[in-house]
Amino acid sequence: MSRHIDHEAEATDRVMFGFWVYLMTDLLMFAILFAVYAVLHGNTLGGETGRDLFSLPLALQETLLLLTSSFTCGIAMIAARQRKKAQTLLWFGITFALGLAFLGLELYEFAEFIHEGHTMQTNAFLSSFFVLVGTHGLHITSGLLWMGVTLIYVMKRGLNDHLVRKLAMLSLFWHFLDIVWIFIFTTVYLRAFV
Amino acid sequence: MPKPNKKRNRQGRLVWLMPLLFLGFGLVIAYFIHDKNIAVFHPKGLIAQEQLHLTLFAGALLLAAAVPTMFLLYFTAWKYRESNTKAVHDPYVRLSKSFVWTMWVVPFIFALILAGVMWPATHRLEPKKKIAADAKPMTIQVIAMRWKWIFLYPEQNIATVNFVQLPVDTPVTFELTGDEVPMSSFWIPNLGGQLYAMTSHVNTLNLMAEVPGDYPGATAEINGPGFAGMRFTARASSAADFDRWVSETKQANHKLDAESYANLLKPSESNPAAYYSAYDTDLYGKVIMKYMGSHAAHDNQIETNHEQH
Amino acid sequence: MREFLLGKLDGHALPHEWFTIAGSIAFIAMMLATILVITRLKKWKWLWSEWLTSVDPKKIGIMYFIAGGFMLARGGLDAVMIWLQQAFSSGDSHGYLSADHFQQVFTAHGNIMVFFVAMAFIFGLINYIVPLQIGARDLASPFLNTLGFWLYIAGVVMVNMFFLLGGEYAATGWLAVAPLSGPEFSTGVGVDYWIWSLQISGIGTTLGAINFIMTILRMRAPGMSLWKMPPFTWGSLCSMVMAVTVFPLLTATLFLMFFDRYFGTHFFTTTGGGDPMMYTNLIWMWGHPEVYILMLPAFGVFTEVVSTFSRKAVAFYKTNVIGMIGVSSFALSVWLHHFFTMGASANVNAFFGVMTIFIAIPTAVVFFTWIATMYKGRIKFDTPMLWFLGFVAIFTIGGLSGVILGIPPADFQLHNSLFLVAHFHSNVIGGVLFGIFCGITYWFPKFTGIKLNERIGRQAFWCWVIGFCMSFIPMYILGLMGAPRRLDHYDASTGWQPLFVMMLIGGIIIAIGLALQIAQIIASFIQKNRLRDATGDPWDGRTLEWSVASPPPFYNFTVIPKVNSRDAFWDMKQAGDHKPEYEDIHIPKNTAAGIYISIFAFFIGFGFVWHINWLAVVSFIGILIVFIVRAFDEHPEYTLTASEVKELEAARTKQAKAERRHNPTNDRDEDMGLWELIKVIVTFGFGLARKTLTRGKA
Repeated sequence: MSRHIDHEAEATDRVMFGFWVYLMTDLLMFAILFAVYAVLHGNTLGGETGRDLFSLPLALQETLLLLTSSFTCGIAMIAARQRKKAQTLLWFGITFALGLAFLGLELYEFAEFIHEGHTMQTNAFLSSFFVLVGTHGLHITSGLLWMGVTLIYVMKRGLNDHLVRKLAMLSLFWHFLDIVWIFIFTTVYLRAFV
Repeated sequence: MPKPNKKRNRQGRLVWLMPLLFLGFGLVIAYFIHDKNIAVFHPKGLIAQEQLHLTLFAGALLLAAAVPTMFLLYFTAWKYRESNTKAVHDPYVRLSKSFVWTMWVVPFIFALILAGVMWPATHRLEPKKKIAADAKPMTIQVIAMRWKWIFLYPEQNIATVNFVQLPVDTPVTFELTGDEVPMSSFWIPNLGGQLYAMTSHVNTLNLMAEVPGDYPGATAEINGPGFAGMRFTARASSAADFDRWVSETKQANHKLDAESYANLLKPSESNPAAYYSAYDTDLYGKVIMKYMGSHAAHDNQIETNHEQH
Repeated sequence: MREFLLGKLDGHALPHEWFTIAGSIAFIAMMLATILVITRLKKWKWLWSEWLTSVDPKKIGIMYFIAGGFMLARGGLDAVMIWLQQAFSSGDSHGYLSADHFQQVFTAHGNIMVFFVAMAFIFGLINYIVPLQIGARDLASPFLNTLGFWLYIAGVVMVNMFFLLGGEYAATGWLAVAPLSGPEFSTGVGVDYWIWSLQISGIGTTLGAINFIMTILRMRAPGMSLWKMPPFTWGSLCSMVMAVTVFPLLTATLFLMFFDRYFGTHFFTTTGGGDPMMYTNLIWMWGHPEVYILMLPAFGVFTEVVSTFSRKAVAFYKTNVIGMIGVSSFALSVWLHHFFTMGASANVNAFFGVMTIFIAIPTAVVFFTWIATMYKGRIKFDTPMLWFLGFVAIFTIGGLSGVILGIPPADFQLHNSLFLVAHFHSNVIGGVLFGIFCGITYWFPKFTGIKLNERIGRQAFWCWVIGFCMSFIPMYILGLMGAPRRLDHYDASTGWQPLFVMMLIGGIIIAIGLALQIAQIIASFIQKNRLRDATGDPWDGRTLEWSVASPPPFYNFTVIPKVNSRDAFWDMKQAGDHKPEYEDIHIPKNTAAGIYISIFAFFIGFGFVWHINWLAVVSFIGILIVFIVRAFDEHPEYTLTASEVKELEAARTKQAKAERRHNPTNDRDEDMGLWELIKVIVTFGFGLARKTLTRGKA
């Protein structure tokens, strides 16, 4: 039986390691999108620049939402490691809601831009903006989906090793997205106003 | 121990065939180098000449490193073949540590020499660097199109298609750009190295012909179905011949006006040479600015493309 | 409504040109024949449960080889078409291909050879050999492995799909440089097929690479430190680390190109503020390391082969490994040498030139360690060793010309010419392909239990080397004559035609070499009793893969070996046998999830190629569902108990003994020659015909 536990522990170790490698590849993909934004953000063809378009308070709200969600995610993980099911569900639920709110704000921002005629087809600056921020948004969406499904399984099966491992990866993913957002916030939004 | 195998031994001797093949094909190359057709080895211009010197130097240096190494490798393989009972077999032989250093240091020295030559040469032969010469330099503006080359002579105010004439011993600055064309590469092998012609950019390439003659030019970078036919002739002539040619061209029937330019802009393949007596002086600037402004032009272009399909 | 359902798909997409019709008929005929044979033999269930859904890396490796072999034939056909066109399309003759079609052919040739041949063989070798070399029973994530393989297959289908629907592939060169590949200049579906075949298989590669890094770094046998790993494993590790570093760049770049083409964004367009030069940068940041991703495992193969056939341990093992690491790290910082001619400043060009020159240093060091390994060895010249010696000559030519190309002013005269094409073919054929052939010949006994026929193998080898020289040395000369690459037609006055014809003849010799290799495999199976490797260790090997039977049991090792030195198996042989103590083994269950996900991934690509949005969306949801179901399956393994292992082992030993009795001689000179093979096949054919005829009478 102890051998079985070793086997499980080894598997967890491997999977977590592999997930770190995956996060690195994802980070590299974001790095490319950041580089592309850095190259293209000035190519507005005389149209509105980031300074004219972005709303700093909105971006700040998004940042706060995501930072808080990272914090609640951390608390949830502590609960999960102690196998406290109700608390895990509660804190992950809050994380989920915060993530959803973040996504809502982002979609609101996009909808505003598109409504005003600033689409990703307008110029290279907007293409790179929409794709960079949108890719992050897609990651958030998949994170939410993952969270939702995992939580349903937690409700059904309880907090077993397998699910805690899933949650641990999820929380890594969530913190990772938080870090990427900080980069987006500084290089896209803040820099536009410097 | 399995007994040595006859066929395999013969293979051991056949190892020599490999370097022999090398040598044989080297001879073939030498034969062809003898042939005048090898443009890169028969430069007719200053830049091509210097580029060739650098290439030959690098080639010689690399061969000086590679030939002994190859010899050593094939010799070792041959000497320690299974059937050679005279060779010492010692599976636990310990090679001295100094070997390791030699392994790293020898290639490093070769690389340093090559890099040491390459760095200044790259700066000296930077395409945009002006060539120093006695004659007054001249400028030719080049527009790549689907699939032809347009040459504008701002000082003479004449224009040509798929033909460019230049006086020998005169530094020529080619200002390369493109109009509604994918990246193309401007290359006259006899005169010197290529550079990309791209929309919204100007790349400058300085060349100087030294021997009169007709030299083929092409795009080296693929840019669509008409790619292979996008060739031109670069004619290097004496200054007097060049002036005569300019005044002849001034008598040409057509001007490169907006209408004929629009016609040229339509994709066409394997165009013959054409000559224009004059062109709008701000044409070149307009071609570049076209890609800086609004995106209306772009949308129109995509629409026409779709219609063609 | 029609547009919603079918997007851009309509009657024009059906095959209507000779090559698409021929291609479609060939593919459909092959598919029908396969289906018929499998149905006749009643092998569907076996195929599904033993192979297609298998997560055993050995079986996945073999499947990679089979798919790669088919694609090699497919890409080879493209090569012959290119050679033919260029040999005759001079002056008044315009050859038998239109410019556009010719451009599609060489684009497909490049993509297929790099992505679907070389990558397939390299992944096949790594799948089969690495777990055996490090003493592991499986990969870290068997599921990711099968997923990677099936995504690769989806890419294979996608790259050939244009025969059936669309009739055109990208006509842009293998990297589809912008803006030529953008919406402005390539309006058809060709580039979209290009994007999605690379995207899908590329994501598979990333997943596979993550998996191998996990496996190599986390699942080595006890005692095997990093400095005790076999060279092939080291080469694979370097290669996979590079793959996870650069394949995300490819994924991102392809997505951006897709956005440009599908949504009308302006990343790489000439207008709207896009920057085509950025595409060139991004694609080469991936494209250059990609070549080294293929090359490093091949270096590892050569190191193993030189050591085994010299009957000596690898000399300067650490230097060799550091050399490989050096090559892989330099390889990440030389990409700009692919476009010195785009007009960067002298400082930038010179910097990347220096990096390119310096990459030759670790490469040279690896060569020196091979010489040192042979020194005072006893070298057997079996075919794997011949491939090595052929590689040395050809790869060196390629390497030298590569360094010359890395000098910016020289590159200005040689870039985009046939000299460049000859250069990378020297490296990719001489290095990667010969490495693959070397590895397959070397490990073939491990894969099948049968050694390959030596005699025909040697003939094939010489065809390859001579054909290569005849085909590619003229190509170097043509480049120096000023011939740009990718010409579908050239003037008669250029005087290039004799050399192009010589290239064609060389190409035919290479094709004969390839045919001989197929004959070699057939001949080996005909003589399988005589060529059987009953010991599991036909070459007197040094590394762990030779310590198990050929082919290995599905659990690889009955007992995970303890490793004390680099040549782990060599030491075991010196120390002598000891009785194994059996233990429970965890075996991953088969899964079809990879197949389902890949089918959906294919349809996402297909939907986007033809602008059928609902198909892409539905397929995406499909992937999510399969993925969720799979991810929350908590029992992906089953346990093989110690007593079951013991029984299996006993049965296997008994069989091996029986086979050994069948195998009285092992004199390799009696290998069947080509002539004998033809006689055997003809006799067999006659026999079959007679049997069918007499049965008909009765």
